[in-house]
Amino acid sequence: MAVVWIPALIRPLTDGKSQVEVTGENVREIVEALEALYPGVAARIVEDDRIRPGLSVAVDGAVGNKGLLEPVGPESEVHFVPAMTGG
Amino acid sequence: MAVTEKAMHATNGHTSPPASKPADGYTIIGSRPVRPDGVDKVTGRAIYGADVRLQGLLYGKVLRSPHAHARILSIDTSKAEALPGVKAVVTGADLPTAADKVEDLGESAINLKYLSANILAHDKALYHGHAIAAVAAVDSHTAEEAIGFIEVKYEVLPPVMTVDDAMADNAPILLDGLRTDEMGEMGSKPTNLAKHFRHQQGDLAAGFAAAEVVVERTFRTETVHQGYIEPHTGTAQYNTDGQVTIWASTQGTFAVRNQTSEILRIPVSQIKVIPTEIGGGFGGKINVYLEPVAVLLSKKAGGKPVKLVMSRTEVLQATGPTSGSNIRIKIGADANGKITAAHAELYYEAGAFPGSPVGAAANVVLAPYAIDNLQVDGYDIVVNRPRSAAYRAPGGTNAAYATESVLNEIAEKLGIDQAHIRLINGAKQGDRRPDGVQHTEPIGLLETVQAIAESDHYNTPLTGKYQGRGIACGYWNNWGGKSSATAVLNADGTVSLNEASTDIGGSRASIAMQFAEAVGIGYEQVKPRVGDTDSVAYNDVTGGSRTTFSTGMAAHNMGVEMLSQMKERLADVWEVDAVEYADGEFSGGDNHISFQEAAALIYKTGEPLMVSSTVFPRSFGPGFSTQLADVEVDPETGKVTILRYTIAQDVGRAIHPSYVEGQMQGGVVQGIGWALNEEYIYNEKGQLLNGSLLDYRMPTALDLPMIETILVEVPYPGHPYGVRGVGEVNIVPPAGAIANAVANAIGSRMFELPMSPARVLEAMKE
Amino acid sequence: MAKKVMVQTVINNDDTTFVCETRQTLLEVLRDELGMTGTKEGCGNGNCGACNVMLDGVLVNSCLVLAVEAEGRTVTTIEGVAEAEGLHPIQQAFLEHAALQCGICTPGFIISSKALLEQNPNPSEHDVRLWLAGNLCRCTGYDKIVRAVLDVASAGQAKAGA
Ligand code: FES
Ligand code: FES
Repeated sequence: MAVVWIPALIRPLTDGKSQVEVTGENVREIVEALEALYPGVAARIVEDDRIRPGLSVAVDGAVGNKGLLEPVGPESEVHFVPAMTGG
Repeated sequence: MAVTEKAMHATNGHTSPPASKPADGYTIIGSRPVRPDGVDKVTGRAIYGADVRLQGLLYGKVLRSPHAHARILSIDTSKAEALPGVKAVVTGADLPTAADKVEDLGESAINLKYLSANILAHDKALYHGHAIAAVAAVDSHTAEEAIGFIEVKYEVLPPVMTVDDAMADNAPILLDGLRTDEMGEMGSKPTNLAKHFRHQQGDLAAGFAAAEVVVERTFRTETVHQGYIEPHTGTAQYNTDGQVTIWASTQGTFAVRNQTSEILRIPVSQIKVIPTEIGGGFGGKINVYLEPVAVLLSKKAGGKPVKLVMSRTEVLQATGPTSGSNIRIKIGADANGKITAAHAELYYEAGAFPGSPVGAAANVVLAPYAIDNLQVDGYDIVVNRPRSAAYRAPGGTNAAYATESVLNEIAEKLGIDQAHIRLINGAKQGDRRPDGVQHTEPIGLLETVQAIAESDHYNTPLTGKYQGRGIACGYWNNWGGKSSATAVLNADGTVSLNEASTDIGGSRASIAMQFAEAVGIGYEQVKPRVGDTDSVAYNDVTGGSRTTFSTGMAAHNMGVEMLSQMKERLADVWEVDAVEYADGEFSGGDNHISFQEAAALIYKTGEPLMVSSTVFPRSFGPGFSTQLADVEVDPETGKVTILRYTIAQDVGRAIHPSYVEGQMQGGVVQGIGWALNEEYIYNEKGQLLNGSLLDYRMPTALDLPMIETILVEVPYPGHPYGVRGVGEVNIVPPAGAIANAVANAIGSRMFELPMSPARVLEAMKE
Repeated sequence: MAKKVMVQTVINNDDTTFVCETRQTLLEVLRDELGMTGTKEGCGNGNCGACNVMLDGVLVNSCLVLAVEAEGRTVTTIEGVAEAEGLHPIQQAFLEHAALQCGICTPGFIISSKALLEQNPNPSEHDVRLWLAGNLCRCTGYDKIVRAVLDVASAGQAKAGA
């Protein structure tokens, strides 16, 4: 199962858990699985069928570029982090 | 006490340029050829934004708000319109209504309503210098005169200038619709706090409980500007068929196209953006200011082209700057100096609209170190200052200044050498960033600390009473982003390389070098050019230290593809199964020809050969830099002089070392300005008092010694040549390194930037 | 329309006559009227040196000189620095030392450096830094610029000594 790191401010919805294991082949399925376990989480991460603007998803250390379609492996680690670009 | 010329680290008489020889295992990479655009730039022929000359050109000027915070009651432009020579006047009312939604325009997310309101104020002026109206006239003097005839009625509101003002109970509200976004949960009340987020790992309380020493400090840093020498310009022509052409000095033509398209609601297909040369950007030439206004004016003026050029005062009042900040840092360490816990709170001033770089800062702040128990809180706060823009490793300098200062205090308390405490705690492959993401690939932080510890500089003792030495580390994430390019094989064996990454500091050279390396031809045989938005596919900005990395990757891919197509074509012509290519020679059967001969043969025997590549790397190597500063403080004036400065930076692989060194030196000197002199000074009405380059004091040649560079190469495995971005991380450590050096020199610590003479004197009294 | 005056000058060795308003600066006339855009504007008030030219052999900020003041005088701009045989040694040194990044400050630095070496062919590092303190560069940190100028000076010294 993939390990999802739950952003600190969303942990009240996951009973305080900072990491949650779920299955899914891509980020969309991961978010759906989280939502099934902890209702309300999806709305904090996804808006208009995309990752919320200003947020990005990192899978296995790489900030992906496919958003919700980013592939997730069975052992993957998934993070939702504030987006960073440079100057 | 003046610092003598001898005390500053001198050139040792080494003045001839460094030898240009490739790195081991390469034929081109690592050498130092002259850039393709060089001759034009030393002879004055290169065309920058303000140099664009067109038939029938009109000159524009922008009227700006004298108030920091005011409701706009009415604007009467009739007298300006009546002035002879005036061809068009526009105000915010000429802008189409923008959607109230956040869009990611490829660089950073912004609400389109705010994007539009920053171009020409809608109902409120939100900072001194906010654009209110604009005029196009037959010459610039007439335009200037005309804006004086525009009558604006304001209801002046109290200005909100700092984090503390903005967060106070009953603070005046800048943006009526703004609600606090806490990771997707929206607040219910009007506020100036746009965003709060948190990174949290491990057990903070347990970490602090295990500490031998805990140091907690609060820091304040002032607003500073990127300070590019070329003011913003924008030239546009609205053709009667609805086609728009924009000549822009920008870090990204596609970013200008996207923003103009959203602001003016014109489809991207009707906008062509032609890049001029650019006179510096550092992140500040990503946001548009003038281009959409020039389009509106041109449309109103019947399609005549309109050029807008900002004065330096306008540049300082209304563009850039990067955030001032309040930062609180608490770090605990055990008796050996190992950090047991860290908590950082970052309050960043976004300017008039949300979008400070606090997200990036929250990672930079603790990133050089492996810390099991940490918490970082980031706050994005609107104030009546210009909308903040990216500035070289945005948000990083202020954040690292705070961390590196506290870390040195801990080292002093424990009696540990300042390089050593960084070696004890330094992050390596497998460790996690503050946001939890793991460094899965090799990183070079420890190598840079080691390089400093072993440097001649670190091992040369200081000699004066008021001298001090400081070290600081810095991290920057870097970026991949989208790049597109094409390469055409010419009959004479040269290659025309068409790309779309703005070249600000020699990237045409570094991209051509990577192509030449891949193909095994000479650098001079590659002719790179930066095309307009109609000539290549979408291309992200030159920013995030991505150009040599991503566009270089596209160049490499094209080189590989071109060779493979050439082999196929030669196999057909020679009627052989396979063609080999080695040392610049193609061979198959009994045939042996050079690259140049192959190009001619391919031309004669079939269709022309062109390849293309588009890339969007999903991962990229972060950059680390460790820096060492020696300073001397004049006890009478408080002036700080930099005696010697050494940078060690992990550059992955230096494609063109001279330009890599140049990035490092330039970024550090900007950081030195930030640390010692630069700041926005406002009066109590929120009006900028130092809107000139005399009063906004950037470093000159006389303020500095030579800046020594150590290029550490820990290749990034995800790039064909191991490249990491090099443009930004260099500006992260300087304020911290200098703060540590000043503390070492005067025996007391300062908690505010800049460390200007008056503040230093104050600190010396304590 | 403001009254215009005719001004006769020699610019980069060419007799040049132009018509301008009395309020126009030399910088404005060079760039907007004569199309010589090699001279840059970074501040418009004497603080950055991007607009530097030589007026009768003296280094000036062309943004602070009125165009009418050029009457009867000679002006050297960046467009006049290269020699018939090719680049001036200072231009060549800037390229070889990678002493420019964006290049917007480069014309001003080259003119200033030329003025320096004409009056002090053997400057120390401090002399170079002092002389160039009127030219701002935001990209390079000045290191490579200072080295380029010292390199030209030492090459000139070598030649003079030969
Ligand atoms: S433009 Fe003349 S000194 Fe800056
Ligand atoms: S090279 Fe850009 S300002 Fe000097």
